[in-house]
Amino acid sequence: MSAKEEKRNSDTAETPGTEEENVPGSVAKLIPVYVMGKRYEVPETLTIMKAMEYAGFKFIRGCGCRGGICGACATVYRKAGDYRLYVGLACQTVVEPNMYLAQIPFYPANRAVCNFAQLTSNPEEIFKLYPELFRCIACNLCTKACPMDVEVMDVMSALKQGNIAKAAILSFNCIQCGLCASRCMGELPQYHIAQLARRIYGSKIVPRAEHLAEAVSANSESRYDAYLDVLMKMGEEELRRVYREREMEPEIATEDWVPNDTQYL
Amino acid sequence: MPYTSELKELIKVVEKTRPERVARKKRGEEFPMMSLEERDEILQRYHPDYQQEGRRALRVGPNKGYVVPDEFADILEARSRIEPDKVDLSAPDMETDVLIIGGGGAGTAAALLAEEQGARVVIATKLRHGDANTMMAEGGIQAATKIEKDSPYYHYLDVMGGGHFKCDPELVYTLVTKAPDALQWLESLGVMFSKFPDGRLQSIHGGGTSRKRMHYCGDVTGMEIMRTIRDEARNRPNITVVEFVPAVELLLNEHGGCSGALLYNLETEEYMVVRAKATILAAGGCGRLHIQRFMTTNHYGATADGLVLGYRAGVEVSFLHTVQYHPTGAVYPEQVEGLLITEKFRGAGANLVNINGEQFVNEREPRDVESAACIRECLERKLGVPTPAGRVGIWLDSPMIDMLSGEGTVNREFPGKHILFQRHGIDIAKEPMLVYPTLHYQNGGLKIDSGCRTSVPGLFAAGEVTGGVHGENRLMGNSLLDVLVFGRIAGKNAAVFARESAREGKLTLDHVRAYHRELETAGVVTDRVAPMLLPDYTDPEVRKRQLTSHYQGTLR
Repeated sequence: MSAKEEKRNSDTAETPGTEEENVPGSVAKLIPVYVMGKRYEVPETLTIMKAMEYAGFKFIRGCGCRGGICGACATVYRKAGDYRLYVGLACQTVVEPNMYLAQIPFYPANRAVCNFAQLTSNPEEIFKLYPELFRCIACNLCTKACPMDVEVMDVMSALKQGNIAKAAILSFNCIQCGLCASRCMGELPQYHIAQLARRIYGSKIVPRAEHLAEAVSANSESRYDAYLDVLMKMGEEELRRVYREREMEPEIATEDWVPNDTQYL
Repeated sequence: MPYTSELKELIKVVEKTRPERVARKKRGEEFPMMSLEERDEILQRYHPDYQQEGRRALRVGPNKGYVVPDEFADILEARSRIEPDKVDLSAPDMETDVLIIGGGGAGTAAALLAEEQGARVVIATKLRHGDANTMMAEGGIQAATKIEKDSPYYHYLDVMGGGHFKCDPELVYTLVTKAPDALQWLESLGVMFSKFPDGRLQSIHGGGTSRKRMHYCGDVTGMEIMRTIRDEARNRPNITVVEFVPAVELLLNEHGGCSGALLYNLETEEYMVVRAKATILAAGGCGRLHIQRFMTTNHYGATADGLVLGYRAGVEVSFLHTVQYHPTGAVYPEQVEGLLITEKFRGAGANLVNINGEQFVNEREPRDVESAACIRECLERKLGVPTPAGRVGIWLDSPMIDMLSGEGTVNREFPGKHILFQRHGIDIAKEPMLVYPTLHYQNGGLKIDSGCRTSVPGLFAAGEVTGGVHGENRLMGNSLLDVLVFGRIAGKNAAVFARESAREGKLTLDHVRAYHRELETAGVVTDRVAPMLLPDYTDPEVRKRQLTSHYQGTLR
């Protein structure tokens, strides 16, 4: 592979127009980390993910969005001389000297299949699908294991009390990495249960948007087709003019703003 | 890592100009928008799409002669991962009505709609179900849902203007008129949109919008949509998902139609023949090709595999000469480099300012114009902010948001980014972020009609792998919309095709043989293999010692 291609494949490709090379190892100090018990020397500024790649690992599992949102790279680690178990996302957590780490790219958890359209907002339905919810002993290990700081145990407690709305809102930042389930003494699949709660909340508890239903029926009656037809046949120059002259909703407009020109509404 | 003392000093400059900028916002005074002529000029001079270097004409395939970035040409002018003679096509390992290649937003939406038509569906996905750029879309989803002030007419105009008036009118018509329907579908599936207490959807402006029609779910809109439709797919008995199994070639039949694909199990390294009555390519975009060496916001698997498969099977590409650079990717701290900082920050009032704390562009220009303005500010005017890693950036002044809308707004509206930066010791409610344009979206791709049909019978395509609907530049909030609107259409039409029009026929890889011959005839001598499947970020020194690895995805 040519030098050019090597550079192209670097995750931290240089900012165009700047001459600076960005090979982290060339400047940063190397520190030892233990990947599944085996020692590697990696630059101290890297995330766990980039450090493992630096060391020569090529991910198939355990790597996803690389932006802290997909839940693919859940990682558990200990530090030397410390009994505690820490958790983090490999793509977000910076390496520390003498870190002992293992990724948990997958953890088996029960997911109940349901006919969602026929569910109601009665919490009994969640209880029926996930009876193990009541095996929760409120030990709080799930919350401690959450890399997104979701109050997982509070989510489960809210559901036990039938408060779907609270559970939905509290669990909104869940990225479904599964670390909660991996630590659960009651063997709960918290992230699947919370997903069901959010869907019930979004679909069956929060009021539906009436204006959205109106827009759907206006389109299904082809209300705008005549105006759109004109635009679709318009030459580029004319289209540019119409575009330039279109009325703009001001940035500071409030929800009740209406345009002066209403002929295309 | 928190801001260094040098950067903290520079932040003071931003703080100094902030009260006046906040006051201007409150008065409704905006930095002037560029005229269409000014936009054209700044794009010509500073946007990477307009630079001649790093591009070349394709020497093979249906678009021979078309000039595209080298990185696209490299994967299109490459050999198959397999020798066609070695593949036994006589006994398929799996048969289905609809095969969907890609488990992101478009693929999953397609699966749900195909299943509702009574089809048996297989989703083959390279990584996990939901590992896709859809998951990472933050800002929102456009739709003209407030018909007292907005309509598809204005949405259409905005899409066209953003795409330099080059978009395919039929595709845009479909996108804007089916948009409310897509949102209503999501609402019924339980997507938690940000709403007013009475159920009215909240909506804001995005770059290039004439009406506030960007709907959202906090700052994790794509993630919320993806996890919801994925959850629904898991409830459907006729949808089978096979993970870590990318497609490496399409299979054609003796009538010239598409009849499935050859899949590759990344873990066991087996190849697998899947025969399908209809096939949908929903394999996503190209960020991990690092076009023109830019850092990227994209998912690990975004290596443009779908382009390679479709092009080899004879489908034309369009608009591949343009790639979208998102104006605001993080450049500090180093660990989050390339990370998308949603446009919603600017929609909520944050200015882009230079090292002197001055605005230099309206925050609501289309993405390409906004990016070009940032590049000009840094490269020509030398008013960028230097980072310790030797990069250069622009301030995105997020603390303005709390000053405009009340303490706690940043934390409430941007929970994802707030917690992420907090981990690195930066409070974005109090300190600005450093950003620079980052490779974000594949504007172009495989040609489709408004029914998601390609030129190959039985082959459909939807989402980022396609080209045309966004022309030369996509507006914010139209990619989530694109994957849902066209994913659903592809699913429905593929299922109907499978039921009514599919023709049985002998499977063949002759198109791959023909492609190899065409490469040889064109004088393309290469050991490049495509699709790439996965990028390689191994340290070059280590790579030299990995003697038996070929560095082509996982091909060894």
